[in-house]
Amino acid sequence: MKRNISRLLLLLGAVAIFSSIVTGCKSKPKDADIRKAVESALQADPQTPGLMVEVTNGVATVSGQVQDASAQAEVTTIAGGVKGVKSVNNNVSVAPPPVPVEITADDPLTSAVRDATKDFPGVTATVNDGVISVTGELKAAEWKRLKMALDGLKPRKVDAAGLKISK
Amino acid sequence: MLLQNKYKALTDVASASGVRNLQIREQDGVLYINGEAPTGAVKDELWNVYNKLDPNFLSGDVVMDVNVASAASGSKAKVTTQRSNLNIRKGPGTDQPIVGKAAHHEMVTLVSKTNDQWWLVRTADGEEGYAYAEYLTAESN
Repeated sequence: MKRNISRLLLLLGAVAIFSSIVTGCKSKPKDADIRKAVESALQADPQTPGLMVEVTNGVATVSGQVQDASAQAEVTTIAGGVKGVKSVNNNVSVAPPPVPVEITADDPLTSAVRDATKDFPGVTATVNDGVISVTGELKAAEWKRLKMALDGLKPRKVDAAGLKISK
Repeated sequence: MLLQNKYKALTDVASASGVRNLQIREQDGVLYINGEAPTGAVKDELWNVYNKLDPNFLSGDVVMDVNVASAASGSKAKVTTQRSNLNIRKGPGTDQPIVGKAAHHEMVTLVSKTNDQWWLVRTADGEEGYAYAEYLTAESN
C-alpha cells in the first residue's frame, strides 16, 4: 500500500513538472503561429511569393526559389523581422536564368519554310536573320494553318505585315 | 513584360489546360510560347484565344509552338489534307522524290517522328516514307 502511495506521488510530481513546462511555453508564440506570420510576411512581398516555411523552436527554415539574389537576401530580412523568430535558415535558391529561345539558322529555316508554303500558292515567304516575312493574300483559315506551321519552325518572328487576308 | 500582359489570357489558358513543359519567354519584342498540349482540342483552344487577342495573327509579336503529345510509334494518323492526296516522300523535305501517296482521310501508321515537320509513315498498302506532319492528325488513344 505504501509503495502504491509513493508511486502515486511520483506520478503527480511528474504531471506537475510537465504541466509547468507546458504553461511556461504558452507565454511565447507557438511555432505554428510564427510559421503563419512568416508565410504571410513573405507572401506580402512581391519578390518572395510561394516559399515553404517551417518553424522549430523559433528557428524559421525557408525554402523554395526566387528570381534573383536580392530577393534571396530579402527572405532573411523579412523572416528575421517576424516576432518570435530567433534565427532564419535561408535555404532559398535563385532560379537559373531562362534558357534563351532557340532560333533556327537561316539555311535550314529557308528550306523548312519552302516545305511549309508549298501548298499555299498565294503567298511568298522569305527568311532573313530568323525572321519569316510573308507577303501575298490568303483566306483567314488558310493563313491560320500556315502560321501554325511557320511557328513550329522555330523562327525569330513571323512578319505578316505584307499579307492581305481575303474574305 | 508588356507582351506577357497583352497575351495573359492566352498564357493563362496554356497553364490551366495542362500544357507540359510550358515555357513562356519574352525576347526582343516577341513572346515565345512553347510546350506540349495534352490533346488537339487544347491546341485548337490556344489558337482560338490567340486569334481573339491578335485578330488573324498579324502583329507578329507571338511565336507559338505547342505540339500535341501522344502520336507514339505504331499509332494511327489520319490524312487531313484539304482534299488532295498527301505525298509520301523518300526523305524529309519537299525536294525529296515522291514514293507514294496517301488519300485524303486515309489512315496511316506512324513509324517515327523525324522532327515536328516530317513523320515517317506507312500507308495501308505498305508504302513507307516521309509525310508532312501538318497534314496528319494523330488519333487520340
